[in-house]
Amino acid sequence: MEWTALSVSLQLALATCLLLLPLGLWLGRTLATRRFRGKALCEALVALPLVMPPTVLGFYLMLAFGAEAPFGAFWQRLTGSGLNFTFSGILLASLVVNLPFAVQPIQRAFEGVPAHLREAAWCSGLSPWQTLWRIELPLVWPGVISALALTFAHTLGEFGVILMVGGAIDGETRTLAIAIYDRVQAFDESGAAVMSAMLLAVSFVTIGVVYGLARRRGGPHV
Amino acid sequence: MSEALVQSGLRVRLDQRAPIPLAVELHCAPGELLALVGPSGSGKTTLLRALAGLYRPAGGRIQCAGETWFDSDAGICLSPQRRRIGLVFQDYALFPHLSALHNVMLAMGHRPADEREARAREWLSRVRLAGLEGRYPAQLSGGQRQRVAVARALAREPRALLLDEPFSAVDQVTRRRLQRELALLRESIEIPILLVTHDLDEAAALADRLCVLHNGRSLQAASPERLFRRPASPQVARLLDKHNVFEGEIRGAGDDTCLQWGPHRLRLATPPAVRGPVHWYIPPSDVLLHRRDRPSRGERENPVSGTVSEMVVLGGITLITLSFPHTDDSLRFEIATHAARRNGLARGEAVTVSLLAAGLHLMPRSGPLQGEQDDDEPS
Repeated sequence: MEWTALSVSLQLALATCLLLLPLGLWLGRTLATRRFRGKALCEALVALPLVMPPTVLGFYLMLAFGAEAPFGAFWQRLTGSGLNFTFSGILLASLVVNLPFAVQPIQRAFEGVPAHLREAAWCSGLSPWQTLWRIELPLVWPGVISALALTFAHTLGEFGVILMVGGAIDGETRTLAIAIYDRVQAFDESGAAVMSAMLLAVSFVTIGVVYGLARRRGGPHV
Repeated sequence: MSEALVQSGLRVRLDQRAPIPLAVELHCAPGELLALVGPSGSGKTTLLRALAGLYRPAGGRIQCAGETWFDSDAGICLSPQRRRIGLVFQDYALFPHLSALHNVMLAMGHRPADEREARAREWLSRVRLAGLEGRYPAQLSGGQRQRVAVARALAREPRALLLDEPFSAVDQVTRRRLQRELALLRESIEIPILLVTHDLDEAAALADRLCVLHNGRSLQAASPERLFRRPASPQVARLLDKHNVFEGEIRGAGDDTCLQWGPHRLRLATPPAVRGPVHWYIPPSDVLLHRRDRPSRGERENPVSGTVSEMVVLGGITLITLSFPHTDDSLRFEIATHAARRNGLARGEAVTVSLLAAGLHLMPRSGPLQGEQDDDEPS
């Protein structure tokens, strides 16, 4: 069992969830409640990682993260280090790849909140922030949980993009999914089986816990 | 109505050409219930949303309780939070994840936190929901939800109460009960109440005054009695589902003045303020059928003869339509079904009716009569 790889995977999944939560809430709510020019384009961009082959997406990200590319150069200036073959690099890639998994369930959940409820809250004296906190978030909670569960599970299993951007540097970018692949390549099937079972168990427990939580928080109105 | 009372009520003037045309002028005194009536798309809900601050019109002014909520010239547009209005939505818009009690408590942000629960319970018991405080909206009936919505709107201690078709989502029996409760409740509320409805009977039963809206314009505001007997224009009469509108002409002078309608010279109760071609209207209640077996006193008053072209029996009431040789317009009135039988009324029969002078209402061919546009003293 490669505990270091498991640790990298879990750190990556947690960090992706934490960073995508506020972004997903903002983007999901904006797409659900606002009308603006270029909304369809914005939605298409968010959904793009769903339909792109992971290796293709990974390839473009690898190019963008390179020191010659504007983004890679900007990052280099900002932090003093590169993005390819680093944890920061696979985290950024993971954020891009998981954007649709985080945004779409939250957007659907916000679309399910009738506009009248927001207005009723304002007429009851609640500020827009209070309305978000006390009315909207409790109602979109199951969507947020879905988004987190999908993002977490998907990050644990992500392979192609991580491999393209991060390679397989032990303790830095070598996730459990990559370690399993390495073991199979080395004909160590029993090692791969243990780690696969571990990944399966972690994914199952995570999904089980978050769905249980969503049901409990849903309350009797669901 | 004193000037001070008007100042403390709700005064509205809205003016907008697009996207939704609005040309509204109305006021509602404290304690008064003003019903906004009109067909679908007449701008009733838009007007209510503009009052609540949920819609910003292009021009106009809204004042309530001495405060300016909206003034396009001065660039003032208070947010819904700062207007202190109670709004009951058509679908009630209760927060589904909160109990009835917490729905009401949420609107009490202006009260100290330790007072809110007790006062929310008080409001719920005032709308006869004591004992159901812990129920969630999904666990309440339609009528109970409406009561929670009313309690939540009032718990805000608003300066005006706005009701957007609050009885449309419940069955007939519940509707009657809720209407009765609103009539009782309003006795203890000293704020302007605006009720949007497309149900004229409901408006007439509950409101002190009705304001008729059409294509975003307020056409007439008056008490139900006055509005139904004295519509300002044929258009208002049509919108109020009043049928008996005809064309005629005022002729003669002094005591000789009469309304010429085809071959008929109709006597008027008061000297008319207009001359020449007019529209005129008579409420069905002022059409008196001449009994064949026994003449009565009113029969000398404006007798006209016509042919029964339609008879519709609706239980104890029969709706009669008379047609006349000199016009395509028909006259409708209703009598008790047993009276129709006793008089042997049938399609094609010739009958005579009296058009009571007191009921004849004149409308000039162009625009409303002076003083008829907004005779809005509460009755």
